[in-house]
Amino acid sequence: MELLLDSLFNGVAIGSVLLVAALGLAIVFGLMGVINLAHGELMMLGAYTTYVTQLIFKLPILKPFYNSYIIVSIFLAFIVSGVVGILLEKTIIRKLYGSPLETLLATWGVSLILQQFVRSVPLAYGTGLVISLIIGLFLPSTFPSKIKESINFKYFKFSTWLFATLTGVLTGNIISSSVSKLSRASARNVDVTAPSWMRGQVEIIGTAFPKTRLMIIVITLISVIAITLFLNQSAWGMRIRAVTQNRQMSDCLGISTEKVDIITFGIGSGLAGVAGVAVSLLGSVGPNVGGNYIVGCFMVVVLGGVGNLLGTVFASFGIGIMTDLIGAGRLLSIWPDMPLPLSNTINFFATTSMARVMIFALIVIFLQFKPTGLFPQKGRMVEN
Amino acid sequence: MRISRRILAGLATASLAVTATSCGGGGTSGSFDDTVTVGILHSLSGTMAISESTLVDTEKMAIEEINAAGGVTVGGKSYKIEYIVEDGASDWPTFAEKSKKLIDQDGVPVVFGGWTSASRKAMLPVYESKDAFLYYPIQYEAQECSNNIFYTGATPNQQSEPATDFMYKRSPAAGGDFFLVGSDYVFPRTSNTITKAQVKQLGGKVVGEDYLPLGNTEVAPIISKIKKALPEGGIIINTLNGDQNVAFFKQIQDAGITPSSGYYVMNYSIAEEEISTIGPEFLEGHYGAWNYMMSIDTPASKKFAKSFKKRWGADRVVADPQESAYNMVYLWKQAVEDAGTFDDNAVREALVGQKFDAPQGPVEVMPNHHLSQTVRIGEINAEGGFTILEETGVVLPQAWNQKHPSSKGFACDWTDPSKGEKYKL
Repeated sequence: MELLLDSLFNGVAIGSVLLVAALGLAIVFGLMGVINLAHGELMMLGAYTTYVTQLIFKLPILKPFYNSYIIVSIFLAFIVSGVVGILLEKTIIRKLYGSPLETLLATWGVSLILQQFVRSVPLAYGTGLVISLIIGLFLPSTFPSKIKESINFKYFKFSTWLFATLTGVLTGNIISSSVSKLSRASARNVDVTAPSWMRGQVEIIGTAFPKTRLMIIVITLISVIAITLFLNQSAWGMRIRAVTQNRQMSDCLGISTEKVDIITFGIGSGLAGVAGVAVSLLGSVGPNVGGNYIVGCFMVVVLGGVGNLLGTVFASFGIGIMTDLIGAGRLLSIWPDMPLPLSNTINFFATTSMARVMIFALIVIFLQFKPTGLFPQKGRMVEN
Repeated sequence: MRISRRILAGLATASLAVTATSCGGGGTSGSFDDTVTVGILHSLSGTMAISESTLVDTEKMAIEEINAAGGVTVGGKSYKIEYIVEDGASDWPTFAEKSKKLIDQDGVPVVFGGWTSASRKAMLPVYESKDAFLYYPIQYEAQECSNNIFYTGATPNQQSEPATDFMYKRSPAAGGDFFLVGSDYVFPRTSNTITKAQVKQLGGKVVGEDYLPLGNTEVAPIISKIKKALPEGGIIINTLNGDQNVAFFKQIQDAGITPSSGYYVMNYSIAEEEISTIGPEFLEGHYGAWNYMMSIDTPASKKFAKSFKKRWGADRVVADPQESAYNMVYLWKQAVEDAGTFDDNAVREALVGQKFDAPQGPVEVMPNHHLSQTVRIGEINAEGGFTILEETGVVLPQAWNQKHPSSKGFACDWTDPSKGEKYKL
């Protein structure tokens, strides 16, 4: 019983890391069909946001609230990655809809740029840049419609960008002068330390569970529930689904597909940022952190069935449980006296590297029989 | 379209600017008769940049020190050392390509470079075919002995063997079972083969081993295995690489695998630099084995740490790989001065037998192109350094390990033409 519980928990823990990382991609790739190779780097930005938030919360004014920095950073990471995603959509991806190969190359280029960016730009100024992006992109939309429709709107827009740049430079300088660790560019990996209440383990029914793993499971669950509710209950969610199913018809019926694209991409990217917070709790934060997850993300989305969130959920937990079953050689402890050839085979695959090989092989075989994944999308879109 | 062209132009200028800055010039100016240009080849971008850039810093510092003390004197003429830095970009074929460039195009007499075994294996054929000389500063798995490479890092018998001995006989977990964890590439696998043979000799038991593919940070299955194999605590030998250590230590601490519950980890790839990245709170009470540790309390060691901090910033630390890189520049200088020429073959002959008062203590170049060194076992403390527990005398290097089944009974000697790369003892 204890063994089973332990194994199940491990599987869910591994699966939830995969799920939180793949959730944003399930939206961007699954719903919009954009092959976004910079998804991992958007995660990385989320992870760096956690690091920056952690350091800022160490400042004397915010010190009393230090223990809650991780919660704050979840929201900040969503905003930071979301805004960078929106900028990406507006400048590059929008021009490449319908040409997957070009998108693939362009987003790969973006991922390289983002990696080099965190290596060679001091994080304080990076933060300033993101702040000016947020102001520049969102301030104009809060203006009263009278201004928006006037001929001089472009001057207003220009002055908001001017204001945004100034604020960005100012915040960059303030952060860089108050937190010395952020004032210099460095290619070295940095570390996010979980607040003390999240360290160690809790005991449930006689088995000890690491708290950070539980936290990641909670973050994943909340993200999945929130995104499901958003897609199914809100007006924008309905528009997104409408555009996914039939773009031309939605356009004809008066849905601004351009706005829908921005919002969908922004949310997908924002979720990547949340995933970044989760993975920063497990390992170190560095320019390459996203690259480690990107293959797994695509694997989960394809296995689950492109365009289906439920499929992504099942696929990630399935892979998680399989990883634990094979990688830790669980079958042997459940059935200790199995025949020798079988136990030898299981032992052979019971290492992390070989378990990976085994899982990839299983997925390939599975996709031979069900090429559209666990839960294939039915309906008009497939026919197109 | 116009915009994209402009962006392209911008990118081109930016990349030009990067190339321009990557070729640095020499150190301080003084009155010299001539100059000599050496090559420095480490990764300045990619995964390994974090570690390898510290070596570039150290090598530059050593060259600047030598120049400030009058440069290299060859045949009565004083030479100022200048250097060309090339970026291996954490990509092994690039190391081979840049080596060719340094040897053929720039005509450098020596290249200081490399970190990973994979990069060294990629460069080796280049140096052997062109009969050039590479100085390689990292502790590694040995089982190699090239006439064209000079190795200043520790061989397994200068690091892992004394460490295993310590763990089994004198650590708090003495007599306990072993679990071996490593990244999935040549160094951890070779090192663990040696450890397994040694543990067997000592009468101990290895109850499990696992390798994490490079780049993978999911250690949950490994943790379950450790808990199953060592339910009451024991000895863990860790050869994980780089940032995989961060994931490993964060997660084992959360899973209750700590020194206070009887689990002691001996690390072969964690030095002061890595401790500061991982965070001492995760590592306190675990162990490390190195030739050089920053906490060595000798004037030479203190001077080394002090000048590095003075040159590169007060928050910087020095560690074993950097000390090794520092030594090799000085050893090259001494060998060139003894040989009286920059010619490779003469320098190679003059190199064997060179002695240097290194920050770790005296080192000497052996006929197998490796260094005799001191081995230290340290416990990681809350300040992010090592508390040195044990210090061996000078240990001679074994290029061919005497515990590894494939190389038992073999040795290497380049001073005797009848012996060479691998001869039977």
